[in-house]
Amino acid sequence: MTAAVETGKTTTIHGDRVSLLRVLGPAHVWALGVGIVLVGEFTGWNFSADKGGALAALIVCWIVGLLYTSVAMIDSEVTSTVAAAGGQYAQAKHIVGPLMAFNVALFLVFAYTMLEVSDAILLGDTIVAKAGVEGLTHNSFIAATIVVLAWLNYRGVLMTLNVNFVITAIAYVSIVILFFSVSPWTQGAVLKLNELVTPGNALPYGWIGVIAAFQFGIWYYLGIEGTTQAAEEVRSPARSLPYGTMAGMITLLIAAAMTWYVCASMMPWEYLGITYYPLWDAGKLSGSPLLEELLFVATLLSALASANGCINDAARAWFSLGRDRYLPSWFSAVHPKYRTPYRSILFLLPIALAFAFIADLNQAITFSILSGVLQYTFMSINIMMFRKKWPLGTIRRGYTHPFHPLPAIVLFCLCVVTFFAIFLGFGSQLIAMTIFYFLISLWFHFYRYKFVRRGDQFTMPWPKPQGY
Amino acid sequence: MWMGLSYVCWGISAVLALWMLYDWFKVDTTYSEETLTSSREGELEAVSETHRI
Repeated sequence: MTAAVETGKTTTIHGDRVSLLRVLGPAHVWALGVGIVLVGEFTGWNFSADKGGALAALIVCWIVGLLYTSVAMIDSEVTSTVAAAGGQYAQAKHIVGPLMAFNVALFLVFAYTMLEVSDAILLGDTIVAKAGVEGLTHNSFIAATIVVLAWLNYRGVLMTLNVNFVITAIAYVSIVILFFSVSPWTQGAVLKLNELVTPGNALPYGWIGVIAAFQFGIWYYLGIEGTTQAAEEVRSPARSLPYGTMAGMITLLIAAAMTWYVCASMMPWEYLGITYYPLWDAGKLSGSPLLEELLFVATLLSALASANGCINDAARAWFSLGRDRYLPSWFSAVHPKYRTPYRSILFLLPIALAFAFIADLNQAITFSILSGVLQYTFMSINIMMFRKKWPLGTIRRGYTHPFHPLPAIVLFCLCVVTFFAIFLGFGSQLIAMTIFYFLISLWFHFYRYKFVRRGDQFTMPWPKPQGY
Repeated sequence: MWMGLSYVCWGISAVLALWMLYDWFKVDTTYSEETLTSSREGELEAVSETHRI
């Protein structure tokens, strides 16, 4: 009998195994997904106005909303079947193959770690901007954000996502309060949409500006697919994951629409496209000191919620790689008391700190977006293979998404457009990341894969796929 | 006030980082590596049936 079992009064261990805790419900899934994303309403989406004007920001809000609705539907179906930590990594492993899975896990770790870095930088910069004190730098606030949230994640997933639920809800409610405080049903009093967005300036760069705006339109919803990382810790994956993810997506569509309407009605597109704090600025422009303070606090809370969810997700993806020996199995340790992937959390902590101190916000965001879009492209291919290998009726699905293959086709086409948009803005980073993933794939194929226990990695009790 | 808050942030970061390092050391020296890395993907459903918090 192991030492862990002998000290079982404080440690719940099942037989000889230490697993992640199954304690989460749909509300936690919602908090994880929306928590990661909501910061994009407070900053990020508005840069699409700089690329193509205010109307372009609205057009991409809906079109990218379609992209993410497809992501949420596809993710919900596959994850309700492949309910394992690692999310899309576990999906890729079972449906496509090990090399794809390895790449997808790296997309996940990069997307979430870089988003965490961006959130921490944003939080630090926001506090420094608010303080206006000479000599005050953002470093201490960045360090506190990353370390405190890592500690929270280290101590347990339930408290982590309870905290995320509360702070995400406060940030979300602040958008709703702002929306109703500026009398959205009347134009001219506070909102001046018809003066600020006119036929003459709605699309200042024409339709190519709309395409370019896709790059930052991603920010409206970036990260909602992170809900799947909780698959191994929710009590009922087949029910909670589709509910939480789809509810999160609906929540975000409403928040995105309200955010655009208020901001585009209060700021000219030239300013909206360059400010780092569109909602906080809207709070200031409302003339209410209370709204200004509320939106300042909400900006901080949204950054905290996002970084918190990102630490959770990146650690689970890294942990899953270790568990399948795609990386050293040392990373697959689970804390016997807190039941978290504590070594993965600790390993990624200094990496996030280093990037946060060294990288600038734009670079971190671009790496995050690129990794995210690479992942979405994979998902469109993944669902086609999933439905082909295991058609409806051959395995139990918690959720079946409608109109297949239309969402997959829409997702793939919109990903191609987004890649083009990113290429227009950050072509060199796109090429550098592609080369990086190519080289790391070679390393995995020729060196690392020999350490993988090939039979052990496929764990789902599915029938043989059709055609095999 | 803001400078004071900045120092508090450094202090909290240092304390929590040290606590995590201490706990990591304690766990790794208390439990066997086999126990700590014993989580398996395919055994989740069975685990959920018997789980007690």
